[in-house]
Amino acid sequence: MTEPPPERTAAAASRLGLFLFWVYVALYGGFMALVLVRPDLLSWRPFGGVNLAIASGIGLILAAFVLAVVYMFVRADR
Amino acid sequence: MLHQTSLTAVAIFAAFVLGVLGLSFYLGRKGQTASGYYAAHGQIHWFVNGIAFAGDYLSAASFLGICGMIAFSGYDGFLYSIGFLAGWVVALFVIAEPIKALGTFTFADALDRRFNSRGIKLAVAISTLVVSVFYLIPQMVGAGALITPLLGLPHAAGVILVGVAVTLIVVTAGMVSTTWVQFIKGSLLVFFCGVLTVLILQRGLVESADEPAPQVKTVRPDGTVLVDGLPQSATHDLRPVGTIRRLPARFAGAAATGPLRPLAYLAAVEDSTIVTWTAKKHIDESGTHTTFTPVERSGAELLKPGGKFKGLTSGRLADRLDFASLMLALFCGTASLPHILIRYYTVKDAAAARKSTVVGIAAIGVFYVLTLFLGLGAMTSGALDPAEENMAAPLLAKSFSTTLFAVISAIAFTTVLGTVSGLIMAGSGAVAHDLVENVCGVRMTDHEKVRVGKIAALGLGVVAMALGIVFRGFNVSFLVGWAFNIAASANLPALVMLLFWPRTTRQGIVAAVTAGMVGSLAWILLSADTFEKVYGYTREAAAASALVPFSQPGLVTIPLGFLVLIIVSLLTRPAAPRG
Repeated sequence: MTEPPPERTAAAASRLGLFLFWVYVALYGGFMALVLVRPDLLSWRPFGGVNLAIASGIGLILAAFVLAVVYMFVRADR
Repeated sequence: MLHQTSLTAVAIFAAFVLGVLGLSFYLGRKGQTASGYYAAHGQIHWFVNGIAFAGDYLSAASFLGICGMIAFSGYDGFLYSIGFLAGWVVALFVIAEPIKALGTFTFADALDRRFNSRGIKLAVAISTLVVSVFYLIPQMVGAGALITPLLGLPHAAGVILVGVAVTLIVVTAGMVSTTWVQFIKGSLLVFFCGVLTVLILQRGLVESADEPAPQVKTVRPDGTVLVDGLPQSATHDLRPVGTIRRLPARFAGAAATGPLRPLAYLAAVEDSTIVTWTAKKHIDESGTHTTFTPVERSGAELLKPGGKFKGLTSGRLADRLDFASLMLALFCGTASLPHILIRYYTVKDAAAARKSTVVGIAAIGVFYVLTLFLGLGAMTSGALDPAEENMAAPLLAKSFSTTLFAVISAIAFTTVLGTVSGLIMAGSGAVAHDLVENVCGVRMTDHEKVRVGKIAALGLGVVAMALGIVFRGFNVSFLVGWAFNIAASANLPALVMLLFWPRTTRQGIVAAVTAGMVGSLAWILLSADTFEKVYGYTREAAAASALVPFSQPGLVTIPLGFLVLIIVSLLTRPAAPRG
């Protein structure tokens, strides 16, 4: 099977990929904004005694994996 | 601290290195083509490539640097983990499939596909070499930090040992052996970090009855070392540090918590009082004196941002911008690292590139979550060397058993081997394929291309060894931050705009790569961090002498790359479509 031209590959990847990319940018940007502007909020401990700083950090790592899996399954047939 | 050499450690370490070298010679025994040497014939399975991504990416900075930073400064080290992993989102959603479709052997191939320009090849080859060299430094420093406790050899010996082993790996079978070394390393690293985390949770937290007292290490002008005024020896040395002063109230009366689940462990650390150590340096005619002073801090304070990045609590705008700049560079840098990008050429198609990135994200994500437990485990292990942040993870392992210490140290060493071999492969391709063949126009047979690549790898190995010796003592995560800044500033704007802005011109790409690389390098060289840690100024003098307002350049130089590309492209004529 021959590869499609790079520009088409980029375009196909771009629609869904860019959407998921911006979702993650919003999550990462929101977290960084919190660290920079209101770090005191990150001391809040809503998750079984674990503070928001750790919960959101682990959450960001998990979110990257979940979005990656979504992307892989949606584009599995391409 | 002086560390006694363990025969078990030496044996396990020797087995690792000899096994890796044996594999390389086995893979390299067949005749090689340029496609095999530079891209493993594009036949690596996507799963193997995904784990090799982890082996390539999880460098000494990730394993030694982040664990050490969490152990000494708390939560801020974990911010590196978050930033390093986030960068893979850019790689997967924006870069992975197009870069596979655009390139052949090197990053320059991808950027130059539409234009066939010597200028692009030259600019990108230089940027590849600069980024690779900046990334090599912390890896080699990490190797030197490991060798002393493991084999009892001096720092320089570790650097040379890694340099020689990696050069042999690369010149024997190029990208094929590099891939398998990275696959083995990635698998072992994640697996044994998991084992170490299970042991940490099983042990729980243990309260220490010791009364911590300050310690002073003096290095005299003749090189001899004193501890608290007496010569350092096996029986008179710095005391290991990192203890729990008080357990949470719910464990009142108990000396230890016993086994804990992951969330309960994190909560217990947060509710404990922990003894951390500050280091203050003072230089006079009798030598360099470092005073390590115990400081009791609450776990809650250690598990919030601001322990390392003082700017988050200082209120100074420049300090906050410095932090934001670092986190932006980590986010944008991963997908711009040449040694990561060339791994996309080792799989057969865009779908395999996509799937291997997802596997890479899974392995790397698991590892980065584990770094939190490893760092906190080290912080409370009572085994830390107050003078050597990079040794936190191996010394944590030593607090369980000497054998585990040997295994973890050997894996850390293999970690360095895997990453350095990827970096040398990227540099070798930049020299032989981009500079010699495409820029200088030297026509070569397939065999000659491989030979020139191997000679380039040899040269880069020597450079890496020299830099690893010169930069001894730097925190390896800090040094990697520089490499990410340069990569993100020089490479990402050109790559993204080439893919998504049809008006991009050849001149725009050359200008963006050059402006991003020179701008970020200049910024780093003129920054307070460099004045203090490279030029040897005191912190106050460095802050006064720095010519840029904060040390991390990405916040300025990444947008600069985009801006320069847009302006130059608009001022120049687009190339006619090829073909």
